[in-house]
Parts: sequence; C-alpha cells; structure tokens
Amino acid sequence: MKAKKGIEVSIAASIAAQLARVEVISAYPITPQTHIVEHLSELVADGELDAAYINVESEHSALSACCGAAATGARTFTSTSAQGLELMHEILFIASGMRLPIVMATVNRALSAPLSIWGDHSDVMAARDSGWIMFFCENGQEVVDAVIMAFRIAEDRRVLLPFMVNLDGFSLSHVIEPIEFPSQEEVDAFLPPYNPLYTLHPDKPVTMGSYAMPELYTEAKYAQEMAIINSKQVIVEVMEEFGKRFGRHYHAVETYHTDDTDFVFVALGAIGENIKTAIDELRSEGKKAGLVQPRIFRPFPAAEIISAFKGKKRVAIVERVMPAGATNGPLFNEISSLVQSKGINIKLENYIVGLGGRDVLPEDFKRIFTGTVPPKDKSFDVIGVRV
Amino acid sequence: MRIRGLELYTDRPEEEFATPGHRACQGCAEVLGLRLALKVFGRDTIIAMATGCMEIISTPLPTTCWKLPWIHVAFENAAAVASGIESALRILTEKGKIPRKDIHVVAIAGDGGTSDIGLQSLSGALERGHKFTYICVDNEAYMNTGIQRSSSTPYGAMTTTSPPGKKSIGQATWKKDMPKIAAAHNIPYVATACPSYPFDLLAKIKKARMVNGPSYIHILSVCPTGWRIPSDLAIRYGRLAV
Repeated sequence: MKAKKGIEVSIAASIAAQLARVEVISAYPITPQTHIVEHLSELVADGELDAAYINVESEHSALSACCGAAATGARTFTSTSAQGLELMHEILFIASGMRLPIVMATVNRALSAPLSIWGDHSDVMAARDSGWIMFFCENGQEVVDAVIMAFRIAEDRRVLLPFMVNLDGFSLSHVIEPIEFPSQEEVDAFLPPYNPLYTLHPDKPVTMGSYAMPELYTEAKYAQEMAIINSKQVIVEVMEEFGKRFGRHYHAVETYHTDDTDFVFVALGAIGENIKTAIDELRSEGKKAGLVQPRIFRPFPAAEIISAFKGKKRVAIVERVMPAGATNGPLFNEISSLVQSKGINIKLENYIVGLGGRDVLPEDFKRIFTGTVPPKDKSFDVIGVRV
Repeated sequence: MRIRGLELYTDRPEEEFATPGHRACQGCAEVLGLRLALKVFGRDTIIAMATGCMEIISTPLPTTCWKLPWIHVAFENAAAVASGIESALRILTEKGKIPRKDIHVVAIAGDGGTSDIGLQSLSGALERGHKFTYICVDNEAYMNTGIQRSSSTPYGAMTTTSPPGKKSIGQATWKKDMPKIAAAHNIPYVATACPSYPFDLLAKIKKARMVNGPSYIHILSVCPTGWRIPSDLAIRYGRLAV
C-alpha cells in the first residue's frame, strides 16, 4: 500500500484530473468549487499539466466550451457548484443528448434564495434528470478515484455520456484528508487516451447537434436512454477493474452493517460518514442499524437497492434537499416507487437534514433510529427546524 | 483593358460548402451571404452555429447541407463553443494527437444570437483572444420564430412584438451598434458586409481568415419573409439599405 498524503479534497480532485491527463478545462469560479479550478490553473501555469485552460465568462459558457472541446476530441473537465450548475442547466441536457463524455466535479451547495454558499444537494437534485451519470462521494479518496473512473466510464463506446462527480461543499471539499494517489503509470495503464468515435475535423466532416423532427426525436432519446441504462454494467465492470488494480473496491450501492438488522438508513454523499459514526455508537449500545449508500444515483441502481433491502422492515431515507412541494424528497420518491413497483412491504420514512450547511450530528441519526423524532402531519420530517 | 474586380470572378473558389437542398425561404440573402463566406474560408474550417434560421434550414436529422465539420449546441453560446473547439485544436495539435494544420474556427449566429442572448458569450470569446471569426448574420429581427423584434431591429420597424398601433410607432428603440461593440474589444479585425456587394464581402472574409486573433464580420442579411418584400428583390433591398 502506498503512503497516504494529507491534502485538501479540492486539491486532490484537481490532481486526479491531472492524473487523468485532461486536455481542456473550461470553468468559472464559484464557492465552494474555487480551490479545484485554482489548483488546475496553477498546474497548467507551471507546465505540470499540459492542457488548455479556458477562463470563460460564465458557467453557461464553461459547459458550452466543454461541448466544443469534447466534440473536437479533447478529454474535457469542468467543475461548478449551485447557481453555476443551474446556469449550466440548459447545456447539461445538450451535453448528454450529444453524447459528449465531459467530466464535471460538482461541489454540492445550496441554491439561492436565501443566498447560501454552504453545502446541500439542492443543486444536483435540480439537475438529476439531465442525462448525466451521477456519482456521490463520501470522502476524499473516493473523489480522487471517482474522477479517474469517470473518464474511463464516460468515454467507453458503450456509454459516451457526461459524468458528474458529486462532492459535498465544505464538509468534503474543504477538509484535509489522508489520500492515496495512484502513480501516473498506474493511471495511464487504467485509463487509455480518449479515442473518440467522431470529431470535428475538416478531414472527415460531420454534422453534430442536428435537430430532430417528431419522426426521429423519440428514437434519438430512446438510444440515449438505453445508453444510460446500459452504462450501469460498464460502471460495475470499471469499478471491479479499479478494485483489482488499486485495491479500493467500489459498488453501485455500498452497504454498512446491513446483514444483521431490519433497519437501514439511505443517504447520498459525505453525510454517510456521520451516519456510520451514529451506527457504530448505536451498535456499541447493542442497537443494530445499517446504511445503504447509493454510490451512483444515475443510472438509478434499482436491483442493488432491492437486494440491500432484503429482510428490512424500516428504512429511513435521509436527504439534503427540500421536496419543494413534492410529496417527499427525490431520493425517497425514487425508492418509494421502486419498492411499490416490486411489491415489497417495507416502511419508508423521509428525513430532511443539513440544508444550507446546517450541521447534522450522529445524535440526530440516533434519534431517527430510536423513533424519538416526533411524527408530523406531513410525509417527511425536517430535522432540527425551528418553527 | 482592365475590368475592375475581374480577378474576383476568376479567383472565386468554385467549391461549395453550403450545398443545395436546404430549406431556406425563397430569396434568402442570409444563406447567400454564408455560402459566399464559406467559399473563402475553404475546406479547413469548422463551424459552430447558434440556433436560428441557418441552423434550422440546414440540418434536420438525418440530413445536412454542410460539407464542413459543423456543430450546433444552443442559441446563446456559438462563441463559447467556438472557444472550446479552438482551444481543443490547439492543445491536440501541440500534443501531436492531430496533424498540424491551419484550421479556422467560424462561429455563426443571427442578430438575436449575437446582440441579445449571445452578447456575453461573444464578449468573453473576443476578450480571450481565440483565433476565430465570428459572423453575425443580421436580418434585424427574430425571423426564425416569426419576426419578433431584437435589439438589432431598426427604429420604427414593424415586427410581431413591436407592432405599430394607436400608441406605438413600431420598434421604439434604435439599432444596437454591434460592430462598434465588437471593435471596443480591441480585436484585430471588424468589418460590416452585405451579400448585395459580394466581392466586398469575399474580400473581408479573406482578411478575417488571415488575422491572428478574433475577427468579427457583421453581415446585413435581407430577409424577404420578415421584411415583407418580394423574394426577387433581396439583393436590391440590400443595396438600398447599405
């Protein structure tokens, strides 16, 4: 095993992009994404990363320039947060519809208003149906590994879709963690240079970004849908190979102490670590709880979640986003529809936590477990809200 | 005897890159301007086009009228997409991944895509100094969506969103001076042209192709459909306007 290096996770994310030998970076600064793009700028300025860095004038142009670069055949990377992701929103759908394997590190942050620079998942959840593969990281090591795997998955000819690596703003992006970096040789052996199917070049002119009449639009979107559905197989394959090469094993859905309990939490991202702390404390008191953690959210890992729910009676789905008028949070609704459609009898509860950077403590999860959270006359509970 | 401009007739590139079969309206001077411009840009050109008439007439899946590499991403971002293409070409050439070749990137948008919704993206690309040409094909309104006013519509003009009426003279604002805005970015070359004066247009495109840095060409493009004029008079109206 290699030595681990204590490093800020944002810096680690940019080193991962460097190890992936990105060729074009186009980004616009926004808190809390800034340390990623600052370090990438430094790497390019110092000649340590042979890439073009485009200092665009907005996130909309950042992703637009990424589309142009990826269509020309360059390995392309960007990063943003919150309002930036929403300004990109229009182009998110075009990048996936045009099947451009752009990789983006999304440093998850609350959406305005009220303005908040702190973390939650309201940004990515507003973009969840944009046709991107969505990966949620729990810690810094996973961010590094995810960025490297992302290019391999996105650029696979069976996939050709953009890939979003989600890391929680501040609570993950700005912490210093011990991280193991693979060597350049190891990454090169795992991740070959991007070999695009079609590129914009005068020697072989192609037309990209056509419009489709009603006779063809459905077929184009169906092909795209098949690609994201089938991408799960590629994701699993790549995770397996990554595990063999680097010794860190990833799964579409991770489980923590789920075998001997009928109660599990479900959560995305860095909050998993807090839940694991709560689970450890509960277990030291003889109380058995577990955690089911979807590593990928798109494509939705339905089979893996069903399998993780085997023998469970009660599931607490914890989300960092307000339902905004929906019956429940988006993760709850996905799981609820899945469980209903499979005819599984299981009690689902929905808890909203950690909005706009609000701390969420192991005690909160212990209270959820023991059921001392007062039931409300609504379909979800907002933990710790003062009303 | 020397006939003025004869060399332009004889030197005019024969090759067509905007091919017949597209769906432009009869008498469209906009597609004429582009056809002429692309002749000069030549084979080693990549086009990034904004949403608009020229995009919608040329590329219904699975057909295309472009013999050059062509990409459309969205309405307001042709200049940003061109920035990405130009940067990618540069780095891929430097790395030896594609052969060294003088490939020119051309961004094309209408007056709405340039002076309204795409102005920020254009300003960013001009300021960054990418080596590319931006062509604004200005037919003075949103013709593609049904002749709505833009900031490039002249004072007093009748459009579907600036109709004259008891309390309106039609378009109540003056035409935004886009070439001047482009020139304010201190870029190497800015020109205005009109396909009613084809040799002037060809010469300006030739110059734009040669400069090292961003160039901006504003082409007044007569739109018989939107201007409510007979389709056989587009060239004459262009001359009258210029």
